[in-house]
Amino acid sequence: MTARTLLRRIGLFFAVLVIISPALMFFVWMLSLSLKYEIDNGTYPPILIPDRFAWKNYTQILSSNNFLGFFENSVLVTGGATLMALLVGVPAGYGIARMKAHSAAVVVMIARMTPGLSFLIPLFLLFQWLGLMGTLWPQILIHLVVTVPIVIWIMIGYFETTPKELEEAAIIDGATQWQVFRLVALPIAKPGIVVAFILALIFSWNNFVFGIVLATRETRTLPVAVYNMLSFEQVSWGPLAAAALVVTLPVLILTVVAQRQIVAGLTAGAVKGG
Amino acid sequence: MSGAGSALVAAPRRRTYWVFILPAVVTVGAVILFPWAFTLWMSLNEWKLGESRHFVGLANYVRLAGDGRFLESLWHTILYTALSVAAPVFLGLIAALIFNERLPMRGLLRGIFVMPMMATPVAIALVWTMMFNPQLGVLNYLLSLVGIGPQAWVYHPASVIPSLVMVETWQWTPLVMLIVLGGLATVPAEPYESAEIDGATSWQKFRFITLPMIAPFLLLAAMIRTVDALKSFDIIYAITQGGPGTASETINLYLYSVAFAYYDVGYGSAIAVVFFVLIVVLSLVLLHLRQRSKWNEIGDAA
Repeated sequence: MTARTLLRRIGLFFAVLVIISPALMFFVWMLSLSLKYEIDNGTYPPILIPDRFAWKNYTQILSSNNFLGFFENSVLVTGGATLMALLVGVPAGYGIARMKAHSAAVVVMIARMTPGLSFLIPLFLLFQWLGLMGTLWPQILIHLVVTVPIVIWIMIGYFETTPKELEEAAIIDGATQWQVFRLVALPIAKPGIVVAFILALIFSWNNFVFGIVLATRETRTLPVAVYNMLSFEQVSWGPLAAAALVVTLPVLILTVVAQRQIVAGLTAGAVKGG
Repeated sequence: MSGAGSALVAAPRRRTYWVFILPAVVTVGAVILFPWAFTLWMSLNEWKLGESRHFVGLANYVRLAGDGRFLESLWHTILYTALSVAAPVFLGLIAALIFNERLPMRGLLRGIFVMPMMATPVAIALVWTMMFNPQLGVLNYLLSLVGIGPQAWVYHPASVIPSLVMVETWQWTPLVMLIVLGGLATVPAEPYESAEIDGATSWQKFRFITLPMIAPFLLLAAMIRTVDALKSFDIIYAITQGGPGTASETINLYLYSVAFAYYDVGYGSAIAVVFFVLIVVLSLVLLHLRQRSKWNEIGDAA
């Protein structure tokens, strides 16, 4: 290795360090805040690693404020909206891709780009008339606004690139349309379905705006619950940071574990929820 | 013979694909198309929740044109969006150039870099709020280390929008990076080899080969950023709720107040329609620019 390439390596190493440090330092600081007692969070200059860790911030959050109930709400809303989106969106992506129905793709794209709030006024009124308020159904249904376009959009892109020859061969062999989809197209599309599933899951889990309008005290999802702690119930930083970390930890773990699928999905569909 | 056969197979096939799309048509109709139509109709009515409704035609739209708070929020939205496009696109381009190099542990590093945009926005906003705190926040401490005095960050009308843009930039630079990185993967090696022979400098190679080749991807990233920044809500709402006063109130936040704080759903719908039209026009441009999916990434990305 010449001195020049060595120098280049070192330069590159520092460049990478500089660009990832805002992300890294933020999450390290978040962890630090969540593990400090009130007195350590209130000192100036701030300290990164305290002498004693305030594990009680976590136990306090997990045991109080009906946190586990909110966690359950989040799981049901996100799980329900994601599974329904897969059931509806995977076949739709297949049909749209095979029919080359570009106008359908345009509707999906515009839906993706519409601000979540503009769906909220009419659906809020609709849910009131239907008497659904106070249950989890309004949130599960409105989260479809986020999850369905993501799934359809990603699946259109995926089915467009899977080979049609196998399907045509199966049809000539006498397979029905449904058999072709179920036994030929679907198995090949598995990686695309995984990507759609992960992204729909994350953007539904993170959603905040639907919850602040549609959730009652009992039906809050975690992002709404954490926001409410900030405004009403909790002012100390330690437990707040602990709650924030618990809410976003599943997503962060998923991001690092499945980063290849996430990167592929985001660059293909350039999606964002809400 | 074979031509006639495939025509016979193809004709019914076109029709039967509708079965696959039908459930999605019903769902999209209920949760997306119905709200669009209903919002349009509501915007033609004067309607506060709990009061009676009258048809007023375009009166809500006329009122919008003379609403000082709306016009102010429009200006905030434009400023916020312009800054939230420019900064991430510039920084994302630099980050993409760095990530395009051969790196050890590239996957892990990219995973860390991407974390801000995947993390729950409210959770992030909460921690930024603590960091912005003028007395105890870590940001003013970091500034003091390089000899800069304390700032008011989101607590002063003059600095609130730049501070929020900083959060937005931190959060969304990774998306620009990913899109540009996808573009860099399509650039062939040959032009660089001939430039090398001609004795081009690194800057010249970047300026005259790389930049023109990835320009469509930069444009795509800028368009996506534009649409997303226009409708940004979570970060602003959770950190400032549009404050101090209305200094960081964008159209989306004003819409929220009108519809769900004042329950003026007719007027709120008119705001939603105008906002919607603004975004759809930009989306159509975006769709026009859409690149074909890069699905081979799943198989062989590092």
